Order: sequence, then structure tokens, then C-alpha cells
Amino acid sequence: MGKIRRREFLVAGMSLAATPLLRSTAWAQQKTIKIGALYPLTGNLASTGLDCRRGVELAVDIINGKYDLNLPLAKTEGLPNLGGAKIELVWADTKGEPKNGQAEAERLVTQDKVVACIGAYQSAVTKTASQATERLKIPYVCSDSSSPTLTERDFKYFFRVSPHDGSFAKDQFSFLKDLEKTKKQKVETVALLYENTEFGANVGKEELKYAQEFGYKVVADISYAANATDVTSEVGRLIKANPDVLMHASYITDAILFTKTFKEMGFNPKGFVTMAGYIEPGYLPAVKADGNFMIIRSTFALDLAKKKPLVGQVNELYKKKFNLDLGENASRSFTAPFIIADAINRAKTTDAETVVKALRETNIPGDQVLYPWKGVQFDPKTQQNIYAIGTLVQIQDQAYHTVWPFESAAKDLVWPFPSWKSRK
Amino acid sequence: MFDQLLQQIVNSLLIGSVYSLVAIGLTLIWGVMNIINFAHGDFLMIGMFIAFWMYTLYGIDPLLSIPLCAAGLFLLGYLVYRFIVSKVMGGPGLAQLVVTFGVSIFLANFAVMLWTPDFRLIDHPLLSGTWMIGAVPLSIPKFAASLGSVIVSAAVVLFLRKTKTGKAILATEMNRDSALLMGINTDRVNALSFGIGSALVGIAGAFLSMYYYIYPQVGGLFGLISFCIVAFGGFGSIEGAFLAGIVIGFVQTLGGYFFDPAYKYAIVFMVYLITVWIRPQGLLG
Repeated sequence: MGKIRRREFLVAGMSLAATPLLRSTAWAQQKTIKIGALYPLTGNLASTGLDCRRGVELAVDIINGKYDLNLPLAKTEGLPNLGGAKIELVWADTKGEPKNGQAEAERLVTQDKVVACIGAYQSAVTKTASQATERLKIPYVCSDSSSPTLTERDFKYFFRVSPHDGSFAKDQFSFLKDLEKTKKQKVETVALLYENTEFGANVGKEELKYAQEFGYKVVADISYAANATDVTSEVGRLIKANPDVLMHASYITDAILFTKTFKEMGFNPKGFVTMAGYIEPGYLPAVKADGNFMIIRSTFALDLAKKKPLVGQVNELYKKKFNLDLGENASRSFTAPFIIADAINRAKTTDAETVVKALRETNIPGDQVLYPWKGVQFDPKTQQNIYAIGTLVQIQDQAYHTVWPFESAAKDLVWPFPSWKSRK
Repeated sequence: MFDQLLQQIVNSLLIGSVYSLVAIGLTLIWGVMNIINFAHGDFLMIGMFIAFWMYTLYGIDPLLSIPLCAAGLFLLGYLVYRFIVSKVMGGPGLAQLVVTFGVSIFLANFAVMLWTPDFRLIDHPLLSGTWMIGAVPLSIPKFAASLGSVIVSAAVVLFLRKTKTGKAILATEMNRDSALLMGINTDRVNALSFGIGSALVGIAGAFLSMYYYIYPQVGGLFGLISFCIVAFGGFGSIEGAFLAGIVIGFVQTLGGYFFDPAYKYAIVFMVYLITVWIRPQGLLG
């Protein structure tokens, strides 16, 4: 008896000693795959971060569970090529600050041992976070930051699925040209207004470039701090410049404050063509009818469901889970988990080099994404999705409707902007 | 051009006077206790949320919830002093510095937990819309907030000068030990000034809630600017803080208008740094 006990003891001890080994190879790879998700979960952009988080959570539910949806990995449980391994999310709070982006990405990789990262909504944060993952040689898939510079760094491990501000800016000017051609509405001057961090400043740069290319006169070029308490001096300058169209790149707090100040000071250009802040879920509940007739760049609008049933199906699931309609941010963040999971599944391993190789070979057809895109395929040099395009939506009756490209419009554009005084 | 300039001057006064009211509460606390209340901006946020919930739940206009915001924040300030700040008053300087910082982080995150990080606005306050004065639009709620700030600030000065309690606060501010020897209960004065300072920021919160968006982090920049105003006006000087608030309003608005809006806060902090450099005691310190 004593002998057997000793043998049992030895076996137990040996298996205990071997546990870390087992965990690092077979177990961790077969059962769960850890993906780091970086978002501003507290701080100024907490409401936006929460929205992104919902999108990511639903995506991972769909990957891990069995759903009859035309999305990558939806019909199987987990990743079939890795024995049905499930995705496990490890959340990191960036608090909306670039310095945390880097520190949190490092923590995710070195301590939590994630095999890939997604996030982080704000371009400035994505920039530092992906610098860390690049150094640590871990793939990073971003579907929610739009600064063009992110994919101009020749990074080997960074991929972006969503359109960037360069293409958005170009879209805005194509829209103005279309307006002239099809609706006979002439626009000559534009004013550029943008918040002064990575996102806004780059939008400003791109817009300036395209304004010259398309032949529009820029009468004001104003950058400002997004956390401003008062923006009357900015609006004062805009009124003085009197542009036909205002192009505004903002986050949410400034979008709300500017909208109120535009109204209060009676700033009435022919059109407001905006980005980001105006399509946050917090914007309309805050400004209500004052948000009507704003035009916003977008990748997503619920009315796409008319032409793409997948949008409606995913929205049903989202509604069931969160009691909310799927919006711009959630839908954007929703995409990255599929792209990385699909690549890991094809790679049949979580080894970074092999996964990166698989990511480069990504080829997801257009009917498996939520947007009016031809699909997902990365440019071999920049690793930017070559099919990503934007649309423009307009707020009418306090809801977002696709208005451009005119051929996929769900509602007619209201132009010019009805003056604040004429609205009650 | 002239209308535009006039508009900017009006806007400077409007934002400046609200800054003043926020800063007066802070300077009062500093003057009496030599403690910087880092949670001041978050107290402002709580004041705004009280006004918001009174409006949303009971339909009470922010204008009418001013006394309630003042009372609520007085209580909050009093309790924070009694149970937290007073414990470190005799302790090391760092502890005094860090303790209100902790309160600040707690309040902001507590607000996220209770009320979510969403943005709220009071959609139809009693005072809304704009008056046209010549070609210059004047926002009615902003004007009311500004006027209210001036009245409340004047009332605070009167209270401190004319009432017995006020004089006790001023005496403590001048010399704590002598005040103690004269039979003033300085601990009570401390609690009272913490309460009054907080009540003032509560009133500012009620005024701001009439036209400003409300969310858990709203106090951040207001808090920072009010520290700047307190130092600029002279630590502990009520009149100094009032004047400095208006000056900062002008610097911010006109700086943004004439130079570059991107630098308007940089200009504000630069003016502050230059003042502190030339006159370390502040304008009226």
C-alpha cells in the first residue's frame, strides 16, 4: 500500500510539474484562444467604448456558438481547424489615452499571453498600442480607427479592415461633385473644422489635399481641442468665413457642444458634412431634433438591411442581447474578431508568423460582411482592406438614413440645410 | 467685423463669470484650510446631475433646483470634510494632496456606475432660446447663468464681510492659531467652508445644466481651469478669483478668435504661468 501511495504521489507530482507545459501547448491552443481587446472603457469616451465592446462581444458569441448566419465561422462552434477552440476576450481599458494604449497592449501580450489584439477606436491610441504589438510581434487587427497614417507605417503585424479618413475625405468631395452633377446644387467654398489629435488633424490634412484636387476653395481651416468647455470663438470664426459647406471631424463631446453653439449663434451653411462624433449613439439622444439634417460619413446604417438581409439578422441578435439597435461603432468593432478568427482558423495555429501570413491571404467575400463592400482583402504593402468604402448618412426625423452614394440611398437628401431659425 | 468682436466680448463675459463662480468655491476652501480640493470638478458634475435628475424625474426646472443643488453639495462637502479630509488635516502634506484626488476618482467612477457614461441634456429648460441684441445673439440660459454667478459671488463676499460666521471664516483664513485663541471653533469653520465652497460649485452646476451637456467626466476641464483661476487670482482671494475668472474667459475666447482655437487653452495656461512668474501671489493675493 505504502509503495502504491508513493507512486501515486510521484505521478501526481509529475503531472503537476508538467501542467504549465501542457497549458502552453495543447490546452490553451485547443480550448481557448485569447484575444486582447483595447477600448476606452472609462473616461471621456466611455460611452463609445461600451458601444464598441457590445459589437465585439456579439461577434465572439457568433464565432463561439452555432448560428445560421452568412458570416465567417458562424455555422460552426469555435474554430473547427483548432478542434473547436473558443475565442476568449481579454479586455483592457485605455481610458482614451495613448500612453495607456501602449502599456495595456504590452500587458495583454506579456502577462495575459494574448495571441492577437483588436481595438482601440481612437486612432491616437491604436497608434501606440499597435507600436507595442509590432515590437512584440503579435498581430493587431483594427476595424474601428480611421487615421490614414496607421496603415502608412510599413508595419508587418498591423491590419485594418475599415476605410480610413483619406478615403472618407475623398468620398466627401466626390459627394459634393455628385451634388452638383445630379442635383444641380453648386458648392464653391468649404470650411474645415477638426479636433486636434491624431484623428482630426489627419482628416484636416486629407481634406485640404482633396479640396485642392477637386477645386474647392477652403475659406477657413480651424483646429480645436476636443474637450473644450466653450466653442464660441471657433463658431465666430466660421460665421466670419461664411462657407458653403462645413466639414467637421469631431468626437462626441465636441459634436454636442458645437451643434448647440451653431444653433445659438445662427451658423447656417448650405450643408454640414461631418465625421465620427455625430454618429455616436450618445449624440442624438443629447441634441434631439437639433441633429436633423447633419450629414455624416459612415460605414454602416441599419437601412442597409433593405438590400442586405444579413444586416437585419445581426441586428436582431444584437437587439436581443443588448436591447439596442446596432449602430456605427458597434458594427465597426464587430468586424475585427471575425477577421482574426478566420485567419487563425486557416493558419491552424496561434503562432504569430503563421497567423500574419494567413491574414495577408484573407479573402472574405462581400456577402459575409455587414457593409456594402466587395469583401475583405488586404493590400500587400499597407495591409489596408482594399474594398473598404464609406457611405454618407443624413439625420432626418432623428434617425440615420443612407443618402449617398445616390444609387444606394434609402432616403432623399435634404439640401440645403434648413436654417436654424426656420426650424422649431 | 464689429458685430463679431462684440459677440466674442459677450461670450467672454458669459463663460468667464461661470468660471468665476466655480473657482470661488475652490478658493474659499483653499484659503481656509490650505487644501486643494481636486474633487472640485467632480462636485460640479454631481451638482449638474442633481439638476438633471430633478428635471427628468420630477419635472423641476434647473432654475428651481438651485437651492437643492446648493443644499445637496453643502451636505456632500460637509461629509467629505468630516469623514475624509479632517482625518488627514494634521498628516503629511502628500496625504492632504492625495486624499481629495481619491475622492475625485471615486466620484467620477461612481457616477459612471450609477448613471452610465452617457451624455445628457436638459431639453426644455424654462430659460432657453436667444435674444438678438442688434446683430449679436445672446443665449438666454447663458446670460442667466452669468447673471446668477455675479449675484451669488457678491452674496458670498457680503456673507463673509457682514455676518458673524463669515467673519469667523475670514479670521481663520488670516490666522488659524489666533482665531483659535479668540475662541473660534476652527474645526467647525473648516467643515462650514468646505460645505459652502461645495454649495457654490453646486449652484454653478445647476446653472450650467441649463445649457451644457452632462456626463460623469464633465468636471475635468472645469476643475483644471478653476485651479488656474484660483492661483491666477491669488490663493484664497474671493475677489481675485472672480476677476481672474472673467480674465480667463476673455483670454480663452479672444485668444481662440484672433489666434488659433487649437491653442486657446495653451494661451490660458501661458497667461497663468506668466502671471505666476511675475506675480507669484496672483492678481489680488
